[in-house]
This record gives sequence, C-alpha cells and structure tokens, in this order.
Amino acid sequence: MSDAPVLEVNDLSMVFGGLRAVDNVSLNIKKGEIVALIGPNGAGKTTFFNCITGVYIPTHGEVKINTSEGSAVLNGLKPNVINEKGLARTFQNIRLFSNMTVLENVMIGRHQSLKSGILSSVLRTKKNRIEEQKVIDDSYEILRKIGLEMYVNELACNLPYGAQRRLEIARAMATNPFLLLLDEPAAGMNPQETNDLVELIERLRKEEDITILLIEHDMSLVMTLSERIYVVDYGKMIATGTPEEIKNNKEVIKAYLGEDIDA
Amino acid sequence: MITIKDLKKAFLNALWFIFLTFPIMVMKVNTINDTLIWRWMNMLYIGVAAFVFTLLGKIYTVRKANRSEIVKPSLIQIVNSKMENKKVRYSSLAAVVAIVILYPFLMSMYQTSIMTTALMYVVLGLGLNIVVGFGGLLHLGYAAFYAVGAYTYGLLFYHFGLNFWLCLPIGAVFSALFGIILGFPILRLRGDYLAIVTLAFGEIVRLVLENWNEFSFGPSGIANIARPMIFGQKLKLAQVTNFTYFIAVGLTILTIIVIRRMESSKMGRAWEAMREDEIACQAMGIDITKAKLTAFSMGAVWAGIMGVLFAAKTTFINPASFTTWESIVILCVVVIGGMGSIPGVIAGALIFILTPEYLRAFSQYRMLIFGIALVVMMIFRPGGIIPKIRRSYQFAADKEETQEVEA
Ligand SMILES: Nc1ncnc2c1ncn2[C@@H]1O[C@H](COP(=O)(O)OP(=O)(O)O)[C@@H](O)[C@H]1O
Ligand SMILES: [Mg+2]
Repeated sequence: MSDAPVLEVNDLSMVFGGLRAVDNVSLNIKKGEIVALIGPNGAGKTTFFNCITGVYIPTHGEVKINTSEGSAVLNGLKPNVINEKGLARTFQNIRLFSNMTVLENVMIGRHQSLKSGILSSVLRTKKNRIEEQKVIDDSYEILRKIGLEMYVNELACNLPYGAQRRLEIARAMATNPFLLLLDEPAAGMNPQETNDLVELIERLRKEEDITILLIEHDMSLVMTLSERIYVVDYGKMIATGTPEEIKNNKEVIKAYLGEDIDA
Repeated sequence: MITIKDLKKAFLNALWFIFLTFPIMVMKVNTINDTLIWRWMNMLYIGVAAFVFTLLGKIYTVRKANRSEIVKPSLIQIVNSKMENKKVRYSSLAAVVAIVILYPFLMSMYQTSIMTTALMYVVLGLGLNIVVGFGGLLHLGYAAFYAVGAYTYGLLFYHFGLNFWLCLPIGAVFSALFGIILGFPILRLRGDYLAIVTLAFGEIVRLVLENWNEFSFGPSGIANIARPMIFGQKLKLAQVTNFTYFIAVGLTILTIIVIRRMESSKMGRAWEAMREDEIACQAMGIDITKAKLTAFSMGAVWAGIMGVLFAAKTTFINPASFTTWESIVILCVVVIGGMGSIPGVIAGALIFILTPEYLRAFSQYRMLIFGIALVVMMIFRPGGIIPKIRRSYQFAADKEETQEVEA
C-alpha cells in the first residue's frame, strides 16, 4: 500500500472536436516526488492538468489517487470535490482573486476547513469568532512561510508578477493538499525570482510533506528540481525518465528543436 | 492641451446630444389647443452644454493622467482615518442616532414617509448588493422577490388575517425559497445571459400576478391591508407613519449588521471569490452551486422583508409596483452607491431616492438626469460614490518586526 503511487493516471484522453489534446497519456507519481511534465507549447500539458483537477471531464481514461484514506477515482468529480480530496493547483495564466487582498486570497483557500454555517456567522457565536481568528492567523502563517507577509493587506492585482505567482502557490497550499500541481510557476519570472522559487518548492516538499507535479519551460529549473520527467508532444507521451535520460533522448530533442537540427 | 481634434469631438458630441434630446427638449405638444411648440432655444442650450462638458471631461482626464503619480488621500480615506479616533467616531455616531430618532418629530408626515421609502431602498439595495456586488451576478429581476414579500403579506392578511409581524419572517422565507427556485435554472449562466434570464424571471412573476385573477386579484391588486400595529392596537395615521418609520430604521440596522457579518464570513468570502474568478474559486474547494444559491436566497430575503413592509406601509399592492423599472432603480442604487460597498449602497439609496423627491420640479427630466448621472459616475468614479474599502489586518509579528527594524 505504502509504495502505491499517490497519483495514478491511466490512458487519459481528452478530445475537443477533432483535436486529441491529450492522447492516451499514463503517468504516476510516488509520495514525496517532484515530477515535471514538459513539452512544446500546445502539447496538451495544461489540458492534462485540467482533466486531473476536474475543469474538464476526460473523454477516456482514469485518474486515481491512493492516500492513507484509501484509493479514489477522480474522473467526473467537480473541481471543488477534487480539491477536497487533496489536490491543489496553480494556473498558467494567473487566476488570483485580483480585487481581494493577499490575505483574503489565502483565507479563501482555507474555505474547506471551516465548519461555521450561515447562522453561527450571523450570530457571531464564540465558536465562529474563534474559527475566524484562526483562519486569519493560519493564513498569515502560510504567507510567512511563502515569504509574502509584507504584502498581507495589498490587493492581489497590485503585486509584482513574481509575487503573484507565489501567492498562487500560497493559496493552493492553504487548501492543505497532499499533491500540488504547478502550471508554469516560473513563467515570466526573472532569474532571482526563479531561484527563490526553486528554493521554495524544495522547502515545501521537505517541510510540508507534499508531492509536486509541475509543468515548466525553464529547463534549468526542471533539471535541478525534478526527479523524473514526462515529455508530451501533440498530446502523446513521447518519453519519460530521469533528467539525465531526458536530456539525451533523441525523440525529445527532435520535438523541441524540430527535425532539421541534428542532435 | 486641447487639440483641434478634441474640439471637433466635442462639437460632434454636441450635435449628437441635440439629436438625442430633440424630441423631449425641442418639441412640446400643447394639449389644450393641440398645437406643437418648437423651442429652438433649447437646442442651443443643449448643444453648448454638451460641448462644454465634453471639453471639461477631457481636461479632467488629462489632468488626472498627469497627476497619477502623487496619490492624494481621497475624502473617504480622510473621513475613515478621522473615524479611527474613538471620540470622533462616537460623537458622529451619537449625532446620527439623534438625527434618526428626532427626524419624524421635526419633519412633516410627508417627509417622514419619504424617508421611510428611502430606508426601504437602503435595505433593498443592500440585499441586491449581495447578489450583484458580492456575488458578481447581474440580476435584473430583483423586484420579483419584493413582490413575493408584498403578496405574501397581502394574501395571508386577506385570507387568514395574519398580522404584519408574523408575516415579516414568512415573507423572508418565501422570498428566499423563490431565490433558490430562480437559482437552479441559472446556475450555468453568466454575464449577459444571466441578466436576460433574471429580467425574464422578474417579468414572469409580474405577469403571473397580473393575470392570475383567482390568486392575486389581477391588476386591481389587494387593498385595505393592515398597517403595522403595536400589541394589536390600531394607531392614528400620524402615529402609524412614525411607527412605520421606526420599523424601517430597525430593519435597516438589522440588515446592515447581518450583511456585514455575512460579508466577513466564510460564505461572504466564497461569494467574492466567485465574482473574481469562478474557475479559481472552484479549484480552491468552493462549491459554486452552493455559493450561487446562497447568494440568490440571502439576497432575496431582504426584498421579501421589504415587500411585507411595503404592503403594510401603502396598504395597497398591485403588480404595477413591481415592474422591471423597479429592479433597475434598485440596481442603480447599488451601482451608483458602490458595488460591494455597504456604506456606498446606503449613500446611493439615500441620494438616489431622496433627491428626486426634492427636485419634483424637474420630474420630467428624471430619466435624463439618472442616465447622465450613471454615465458620469461610470467615467469618473467607476467604484461608486463610496467604493469598497477592503479590511486590513494587523499582526503581532508585523509589529515586532517593525520595532526590531527601528531599534
Ligand atoms: N477548451 C478547449 N477547446 C478546444 N481546444 C482546446 C481547449 N483547451 C485547449 N485546447 C487545445 O488543446 C491543445 C493543448 O493546449 P494546452 O493544453 O493549453 O497546451 P500547453 O499547456 O501544453 O501549452 C491546444 O491545441 C489548444 O488549442
Ligand atoms: Mg499550458
């Protein structure tokens, strides 16, 4: 049981009209791993994430998780239920709650963990007040861990780009996931911000006991962080292996550089 | 800083306005001897006014763009920071309380009655604000819930003689149920589609009330509904006007407290997250179906309560009171006041409802003035009269750190 992969995707396909955006992809991740999913633009990486997290219902295939609470099949569930099961994600095109403060963004991530109903919030019962204070404190703690505490009361849309990407991670972490799915977390970051991000992801894995699947184009980040890499092209899985293996894989080089260049 | 192009644009604007306002400003029918009067001078006034205002608007935006680096504290921020002082806060609160209590005794019955209406719109605005301001769901049929409340009291009184106080919660519950009933079919709709369907819903409710004679007595409505009573005691007209006013004050305070608490609860945050981004909201574990249905039903509750009060205040209801125009007025209150902002909506309702009453002389141009006010607001103050100010939080760790830096 303990060595069953936490995430198991079998023969997943997603068809849009005539386009097979994801074509028979299988993937599995063990507990505590950092796995990267790479591939040229339009390869179907984001669509793959969307299928796992319930934004799309996959046309074919199975998404399964194995945790200490047992196994569960995720396809067909709503995104919020999947989140409740312990999968949290960030978005390639940042989707923060722009007109809310940084702290409030994280507080929304805590939504599932709150028990108060409408009535107890309106009556401000003691239990409700304690719970509200706890959300605020917990959220602040998360911001401190991610290094965003100086922005607590800023509107999310006023943050620098790098900080917005980190806030997406903070918000996802607030939902208390066991698996974090990051969609191009370093896109648009400068080298300094990227270094900080690498450090953050490693720290999250160590301290928060979390498994990470990430999509990324920054190859140096992928090579330093990930233990295993999956490569997709035109929706199909073309290679999988350690960073070393992927670096020297002919198929991968061809997909990235085109056929003309002899590797 | 004004170029020839701007002048040309202002000129075209003036022409456009002359054209638009031509039928109401220039032509006038004398109904006594059936002649048409042409008021050509008005055309000139409109043209000049439109020209000048366009230029002023241009100058304003240019200035604002140049000035954008230095952020001056707005009036609201100044007031807010003053309010942090306990003495200022309590004395202004005391002043407001005194005015509210003394108002019906200092003013005429007519004025009191108008103020009651304005307070009712405060509550209606705050209720719609849950749906539109917090939830970001454009709702154009809110008056339907208002009608549900009014007819709940009207019919329960007519058939069973139930009194006002009993009907108040019943109206609220019925309205909330209607909110949920409306919520289900529109769960998947967004933006324009949602607006159209809610608009239709409002019209359906009104048309049903107008045509289902056996149930709602059709266009002739229900008359002689009892006014609010104290301990089953009937009051004289002057007394009952004051009493209704105080009921409205009480309900307004209740609404403000409850909605403020809802706003800063788990549910309120879910509504706002839904407004900001539905996909991200779901990815954060929020059940969007639940968030939408609660927004609709919790918004409808207040319309239901106000419907009951409306029926008790006017003693007569018919479908003509619950037209789409009514929904639009309430929406205007929210938008002009400040979407999502509780003080904004209060200010919006008071200004929007009281001003026309005191400008009866211009009542012909009411729509025109509303329209212009809306456009001007959207250009210069898109956040509304009092835009929402987000709550800031203080943390012990914050202070310690700043102290360390200073030391
Ligand atoms: N909702 C959709 N409807 C139709 N086509 C889509 C949809 N979402 C993605 N696609 C298509 O699927 C392909 C893969 O897109 P995507 O997953 O975003 O690629 P990547 O993230 O790898 O850059 C693209 O060709 C894109 O146009
Ligand atoms: Mg992508």
